[in-house]
Amino acid sequence: MASMNDPPAPRTSILNNPLWRGLFWQILTLAVLVWLALQAFDNAVVNMRARNIPTDFAFWNRPAGFDVNQTLIPFSSSTSTYGQAFYVGLLNTLLVAAIGIVFATIIGFTVGIARLSSNWIVARLATVYVEVVRNTPLLLQLLFWYNAVLKSLPGPRESLALPGSIYLNNRGLVLPEPVFGAGIEWALGAVALALLLAVVFAIWAQGEQRRTGARYHALPVAIGLLLVLGGGAWLANGSPLSFQAPVLRGFNFAGGVKVIPELVALVLGLSLYTASFIAEVVRAGVTAVPTGQTEAAQALGLRRGDTLRLVVVPQALRIIIPPLTNQYLNLLKNSSLAVFIGYPDLIQIFAGTVLNQTGAAVQVVSITMAVYLAISLVTSLAMNLYARRISLRER
Amino acid sequence: MSVPDLRSSPFEPSPDLPPPLMMRGTWGWMRENLFSSWLSAVLTVGSVLLLAWILPDLIRYLFIDAIWSASDGEPCRAPGAGACWAYVNAKLTFFTYGAYPRDQLWRVNSVMASGAVLAVWLLWPAAKGKAIAAVLFFAVFPIVAFGLLTGRTPFPTSLLPSPGSEIDIGVVAPALMIAALAILFIFMRRVWLGGVLLFLVVWFLAAAHWNFLGLTIVDTDKWGGIFVSLLVASVGIVFSLPCGVLLALGRRSRMPIIRFLSIVLIEIVRGVPLITVLFMANTMLPLFVPDAWSPDRLLRPLIGVALFSSVYMAEVVRGGLEAVPRGQYEAAMAVGLNWRRMMMLVALPQALTAVIPGIVNSFIALFKDTTLVAIVGIFDFLRAVDTQRLDPAWAGPSISATGYIFAAAFYFVFCFAMSRYSQMMERRHAAGRKR
Repeated sequence: MASMNDPPAPRTSILNNPLWRGLFWQILTLAVLVWLALQAFDNAVVNMRARNIPTDFAFWNRPAGFDVNQTLIPFSSSTSTYGQAFYVGLLNTLLVAAIGIVFATIIGFTVGIARLSSNWIVARLATVYVEVVRNTPLLLQLLFWYNAVLKSLPGPRESLALPGSIYLNNRGLVLPEPVFGAGIEWALGAVALALLLAVVFAIWAQGEQRRTGARYHALPVAIGLLLVLGGGAWLANGSPLSFQAPVLRGFNFAGGVKVIPELVALVLGLSLYTASFIAEVVRAGVTAVPTGQTEAAQALGLRRGDTLRLVVVPQALRIIIPPLTNQYLNLLKNSSLAVFIGYPDLIQIFAGTVLNQTGAAVQVVSITMAVYLAISLVTSLAMNLYARRISLRER
Repeated sequence: MSVPDLRSSPFEPSPDLPPPLMMRGTWGWMRENLFSSWLSAVLTVGSVLLLAWILPDLIRYLFIDAIWSASDGEPCRAPGAGACWAYVNAKLTFFTYGAYPRDQLWRVNSVMASGAVLAVWLLWPAAKGKAIAAVLFFAVFPIVAFGLLTGRTPFPTSLLPSPGSEIDIGVVAPALMIAALAILFIFMRRVWLGGVLLFLVVWFLAAAHWNFLGLTIVDTDKWGGIFVSLLVASVGIVFSLPCGVLLALGRRSRMPIIRFLSIVLIEIVRGVPLITVLFMANTMLPLFVPDAWSPDRLLRPLIGVALFSSVYMAEVVRGGLEAVPRGQYEAAMAVGLNWRRMMMLVALPQALTAVIPGIVNSFIALFKDTTLVAIVGIFDFLRAVDTQRLDPAWAGPSISATGYIFAAAFYFVFCFAMSRYSQMMERRHAAGRKR
């Protein structure tokens, strides 16, 4: 139809054809990059040979010859290898990240909700906390906790006694040690079974409510199950878990779980810092739920608790969870600041001591980056899947 | 029941009663904001007790018991002594300039002052001539600052005549040719391009010696303190904005290879901690270049910081580009703009204004992250504070704490000011969009 009246397509120069132009620029970029990479490779070969830097991974199985003051797996300076040192560092990093995430979440949600409180003084205090902590560098806070607070605490004899037989002194934190009696596995198994049954019941109750509208309250059932099954098995096995309080003997504590001051400072600094960001995420998530939703829920006659539980929180969580995961990843990456206060994490052990002793800069730095990168990528992949699952399906 | 005849007496509302005493003034405010429920009342009492526990001690430590002047740390080590401001006072020059030669401090001062003037000019919403400020800040200022701070000429020395020799025709001829080109540009109304070129030529001729305007050379191992912190932050800012824009455009490009390369670079650098990037810049970078080009020890972390902040900036800019409505791109193509002009004239101005708060937030993050360069041996402000507290003349627990409090106050003032600025810009931007 229209093609009859259209003038024939104008003959354009190949220079103006977007396809060819695109191809030209891409090939040019690629060529420049390949050339740079080849140059870098050549230089690296020459430089590393000149400086006697190893180019293979033979160092991985060689004995390490240094000690680490906190190891989650057996490690000794005489028999363990650089490869084992890597795992020690990795586990220490994951340990501090896990503890930090738990505390940061608790503090962050508390402060975030406090900022939204109708109570003026509570909201102000929370705001001051968030602004002060967010606007000073994390490294400064870590150094402050470690050098100015923990190092100036009294020695073990004059330890600060915290409630629950916990002692804090300049050598770290001493916690009561859990002692497992006989039959602990039965008791824990019963608790796990109770939890499993409660979850199954909750899923069934939800389905039943969707189908018939009848409500079965899952929470009382869960509590009952836990009390009867878990508590019964616990008592039947004679309360198999007890805590042994540390005792001061001579110049130090005997018994108890000792936490090195570096870990205490790192957990304090990381969780307080990340909590201030989580508080902002929570606040933004809750304020993003339109007021109309709360009003509609009240108009339907839902009580305040139900309004929060069924209307506000699910919608707020949808907004909160992706940036929250981002903050968890930031906490993991920020745990690399451990190197400044001497906590034996992946960076301090592997990219510090191992790199200095072996000189294998390229291998060590690449492995370190790959570890963090892998954790980040896996987490963001999981987050994308989750975000797709909970995203609003619009018609 | 008789209905009163409303027509005979027109309805006169009686004047409103004032609200009850308990709902008005201070009492009413307190009822509403402090004691609205039992929980609220408990929280209020708890918070007041907390404040009453902390505040007096804090004020006593910071001001009343503080040592304001002392010749060494002796008075600050006495039991019960508060913050040791005398120590901050004694070390202030070191905290600001590091070991920079004391008779050359005017060079640092003039760089910092001109940088501050340009930054205010750029950021002040009502200021005129932002284009001039941008060219000065992003093109001219870095060159001048480099020359003044190092005392070296900012041009590759291999292109310059050897020290002390006459300026010969081999230098002057290309310089004159570039100058002619610059004048041609100015006549073609490419004023800014021409101006910058002309400036470079003048600079080239003026600085055609090994050192810059005859200044003494100050090597970077003497640099330190607040000055280095601000320098690292400025380098990050100056590089991250253009590089971030390029990476964001690359990530949204239709060319698959360019898009792929941008995504790989952005995701890799965003997935690792800054410390590992600094390690890489410090230990691997020198291996990848010929020995003669091995970067200066201060330049290595600067490259790392610039790379790191660029990828974060790229994500911010990408958000802005995605917020520009599709119709804007289509309209730009319909009026026949090519890709470069579509981006420069239509998309980027809208995208960048929309994400000013995001840009400022990443500057705040960058400013706090500058403290990490200490890991590769750079003497930034925090490291200066952290080493000086070990000075035997001043060592003491209260002195360490004072140093950290001072550093915290410094970083807080900068970051808080930046975040307030970003909130102000956000409100201005929202006001323009409100209907």
